[in-house]
Amino acid sequence: MTDIQIVTGNQAAAIGAMLCQVQVVSAYPITPQTSLTETLSRFIEQGQLKAEYVRVESEHSALSVCIAASSVGARAFTSTSSHGLLYMHEQLHWAAGSRLPIVLCCVNRGVGAPWSIFNDQQDAIAQRDTGWIQIYCRNNQEIIDTLIQAYRIAEAVYVPVMVCYDGFVLSHTMMPIEVPEAEAVKDFLPPYKPHTILSPDEPRNINPVTFPWRRYDDRGVLCDGYMELRYKLQTALENSAASIIAANDFFADAFGRNHGGMLWSYRMEDAEVALTSMGSMATEATTAADILRDKGIKAGVVGIRVFRPFPKEAVRIALNKAKAILVFEKDISYGYEGALCTDLKAALYSTDIRVPVHNYIAGLGGRDVKPRELVEASEDSLKIIASGIREPKTTWINCFTG
Amino acid sequence: MPESLFKVNIEEYMLPGNRACSGCGLSLAYRYALKALRKNTILTIPASCLTVLHGLYPTTSVVIPCLNCAFASTGASASGILAGLKALNRQDITVVAFAGDGGTFDIGIQSLSGAAERETDFIFVCYDNEGYMNTGTQRSSATPIGALTTTTPFLTKQEHKKDMLKIMEAHDIPYLASVSSSYPVDLYDKFVKAKRIKGTRYIQISAPCPPGWVYPPRDTVKIGRLAVETGMVVLFEIEDGKFQLTGRSKTLAQRGNKLPVIAYIERQGRFSKISAEQVAQLQNWVDTRWEEYLRRAST
Repeated sequence: MTDIQIVTGNQAAAIGAMLCQVQVVSAYPITPQTSLTETLSRFIEQGQLKAEYVRVESEHSALSVCIAASSVGARAFTSTSSHGLLYMHEQLHWAAGSRLPIVLCCVNRGVGAPWSIFNDQQDAIAQRDTGWIQIYCRNNQEIIDTLIQAYRIAEAVYVPVMVCYDGFVLSHTMMPIEVPEAEAVKDFLPPYKPHTILSPDEPRNINPVTFPWRRYDDRGVLCDGYMELRYKLQTALENSAASIIAANDFFADAFGRNHGGMLWSYRMEDAEVALTSMGSMATEATTAADILRDKGIKAGVVGIRVFRPFPKEAVRIALNKAKAILVFEKDISYGYEGALCTDLKAALYSTDIRVPVHNYIAGLGGRDVKPRELVEASEDSLKIIASGIREPKTTWINCFTG
Repeated sequence: MPESLFKVNIEEYMLPGNRACSGCGLSLAYRYALKALRKNTILTIPASCLTVLHGLYPTTSVVIPCLNCAFASTGASASGILAGLKALNRQDITVVAFAGDGGTFDIGIQSLSGAAERETDFIFVCYDNEGYMNTGTQRSSATPIGALTTTTPFLTKQEHKKDMLKIMEAHDIPYLASVSSSYPVDLYDKFVKAKRIKGTRYIQISAPCPPGWVYPPRDTVKIGRLAVETGMVVLFEIEDGKFQLTGRSKTLAQRGNKLPVIAYIERQGRFSKISAEQVAQLQNWVDTRWEEYLRRAST
């Protein structure tokens, strides 16, 4: 029987973690992630989830606990937001460098100074180069489903996965979701098999000082130097796309929901204007596309689901026929433009797709952004393109810039 | 309990050919600590001289499994190992964190305090060589007043050493001990005892450092002994709140023959610029603490 529950994004994530039978949870409260860790504490203390909960004194320690627990062979989970994620930065590198399949929920929130508790995606985007897979969710159903897929992906490729969803917009908004059956999740997600186990049974020194060059071990085997290990992490990230797509397809077969592998498209079949975004803003873009179509403009949406590894091939296919590409994002790479826009343009570089790509920064620090504003921005872009200007300055939507 | 070095565990867990400096107080202490801890142990260590001692990938001179962790996170790393082992129903393993004074007194204090407050069932060992020796002798909060370091290169350190033992005692942990690499039997006994106790245990090892303290490597044991004989380092343990002096510190207290700090200072180049006033301050600091220890030992 289908189990429909009306829950917040954070509750959806907590239920997802429970269904994955995580064995060690460690987290530190931060708005807007807090209710996720509170819910998990309840599950564990009530005995619904058999896991060790380590109530640490900081986010830096939270991820350290997950790294160590994962190293001895336990499935580990953590979650955070904003400054918590920034405080974890060192450990994000450490987790990926250790090739540990930890899953982290990042409930996206702006970063200070000045303080903001509200949503944007600057926190996760700023961790782009830490070696984590990043998947962005557009609704609460996707949060629970993506979390379940995340462990399957992480444990297949030994790369940690960050499941990102927008603070308050999703984390605190109640939506009906279909909760997958526990037994079906068990079938979907086999038990975690570590690549190396830290144990007295087979002593080893994990993550010691590694030199620039390759060195021989005591058996005369030439082993990786630092750079080979980095290359292997990069290769794992590149190859993880196949596992991400497979997990999505397998999940769709098992549970009847397909959230798109690397990305999803909406009304793109004949679209001339492609609105591109990540997370909940991509959902708003679908409403904007409908409005634009009502006005006679053939608009569609490409929702980027996976930001790392970047879906280069999928983006090229999805945007193949577009005459204009508009990138809406909740982050800014200071001194340049939105990070998604930069990556997207780079993906198109050696193709025949030579259409204008316009970048819109929106919703920073929780600034409201409505589908109507995305419609207006799209109409502005079309006017600018019609006037012969190919590359206008990055536009900040709904922001006083006078 | 062995009364002499001939009675300690004969197994070696630290093989020849490690990368420590000659005359390293840490390597001396580490050998006996591992003998006491024995095989069924998992170590976690942050960036430190010990990381270097353990060797370069893919070889290591230590046969106990070890998880290297980020500098600030040793206490949390130990917590994670324990949580993972518990989740996997492996609770027979002793988890030991081994950090330097930088990784304990300074950058590691938060995660250590957190782990102790959570009553994490592990042994945290601080080998105290009184400075950031792995990076080449910079000042730490464990450096004594009057010492030259590369970050106090002319004027010497102006402040006293942080009393980390007192900070850890304030966590109400079941076992806490101060040991020295120059008194391996006392050290061994305390590690054996700590291994048997449940909860957070803290052991601080005074580990002389020839390049950092500027004395000939052959003098490590002598310098370590002088530290104890002058009261710069006091050997004691606190078990379930009960304080007692041990080993050489106990006999010093009984005989009242503690040496003046100058006997310790004059043999180390790091104190070559210490002023007469600083010597007096240091003597006063030692005497005040020594009086307190005597008072606690007699009650």
